[in-house]
Amino acid sequence: MAGSTAKQVLFEPIFSNNPIALQILGICSALAVTTSMSVSIVMCLAVTAVTAFSNLAVSLVRTQIPGSIRIIVQMTIIASLVIVVDQILKAYAYEISKQLSVFVGLIITNCIVMGRAEGFAMTNPPLMSFLDGIGNGLGYSVILLFVAFFRELLGAGSLFGVSLMPVVNEGGWYVPNGLLLLPPSAFFIIGLAIWGLRTWKPEQVEEPDYKLSRHTVKEAF
Amino acid sequence: MEHYLSLLLKAIFVENMALAFFLGMCTFLAISKKIEAATGLGIAVVVVLTVTVPVNNLLYNTILREGALDWAGLPNVDLSFLGLLTYIGVIAAIVQIMEMVLDKYIPALYAALGVFLPLITVNCAILGASLFMVERDYTFGESLVYGFGAGVGWALAIIALAGIREKLKYSDVPNGLRGLGITFITVGLMSLGFMSFSGISL
Repeated sequence: MAGSTAKQVLFEPIFSNNPIALQILGICSALAVTTSMSVSIVMCLAVTAVTAFSNLAVSLVRTQIPGSIRIIVQMTIIASLVIVVDQILKAYAYEISKQLSVFVGLIITNCIVMGRAEGFAMTNPPLMSFLDGIGNGLGYSVILLFVAFFRELLGAGSLFGVSLMPVVNEGGWYVPNGLLLLPPSAFFIIGLAIWGLRTWKPEQVEEPDYKLSRHTVKEAF
Repeated sequence: MEHYLSLLLKAIFVENMALAFFLGMCTFLAISKKIEAATGLGIAVVVVLTVTVPVNNLLYNTILREGALDWAGLPNVDLSFLGLLTYIGVIAAIVQIMEMVLDKYIPALYAALGVFLPLITVNCAILGASLFMVERDYTFGESLVYGFGAGVGWALAIIALAGIREKLKYSDVPNGLRGLGITFITVGLMSLGFMSFSGISL
């Protein structure tokens, strides 16, 4: 990726090389925090910030890190950044940080952060790595917000906590689909989103392990 | 005794790490193509969780929590903000130590686990269990049971998924859905199945 421009580095991860849909990174949090839009946005901002700054920091010290202990060094950098984010959230957005519960801490083991630090920042200059971090954060955010949009709109009839479709319990007309607030729906939505993305960009389709041959048996009379 | 038993069952089924909290999803999806690999990873997760959760529990209760440094004459110190860094450090160190011990004393198990041991450091199920333990304020005994239960639950889920995927590869899936997409939908259905445990109160 040495010759790629800043624009490519920034925008490629959003659709063409999406961390969740193609690289299978960072899925855990994508599923758990997507029941409402406002919580998801906070999570997206947190992950984007941590990915960008950890890429920057790792890239700055990349020539000094001995190869054998690089994982521990990266871990320490990432964990320190996550502690900063966690403390900021507790200070300024206490309610949301309560809802996110352990998932802020789990940004440490979010594979996106670790994967980009290892895969990109270790071999690229600081500015590019920073942009790559932001790009991957955005790619993650796109999927997260997409899932959260459907889950909150159809599951609770609201967006950002503002009621758009008044639900039956409060005298409205919309019968909320409770399934969408439960964990399994997130899997279905992401599965369908991947289907859509791959229909749009067929080069992402995986090779089949087996090909079904045509049904050739002639019917007996 | 009964309390521990219900905690164990709850950790395995009702609050299944993978299917109810989505933890350890990346490895869960990546390494579930073959049953043998999934079993190896599952056993490794059980072992690591059973060790790390109680150790982190000890650290939290004797050093990190507010007022815990009373025994050292520092009753007003609150180090809980260092929690994240400590837990991940402990996990990384224990995984490393286990790798060396297994290599020396139980080479058969070491060979079976292979590359999965180091991978476990970045498995969110491990860190997640430690964080849940802190959030729910478990005692040492409870944390031991919880760590073991969470591991067994996760292993159960990944082995079941691997079983399904081994059959699934012979089926005719729409092009765009092949691979990752259909796996997501399968896991969604499994998760729906595990939801039925949630009505059980222990």
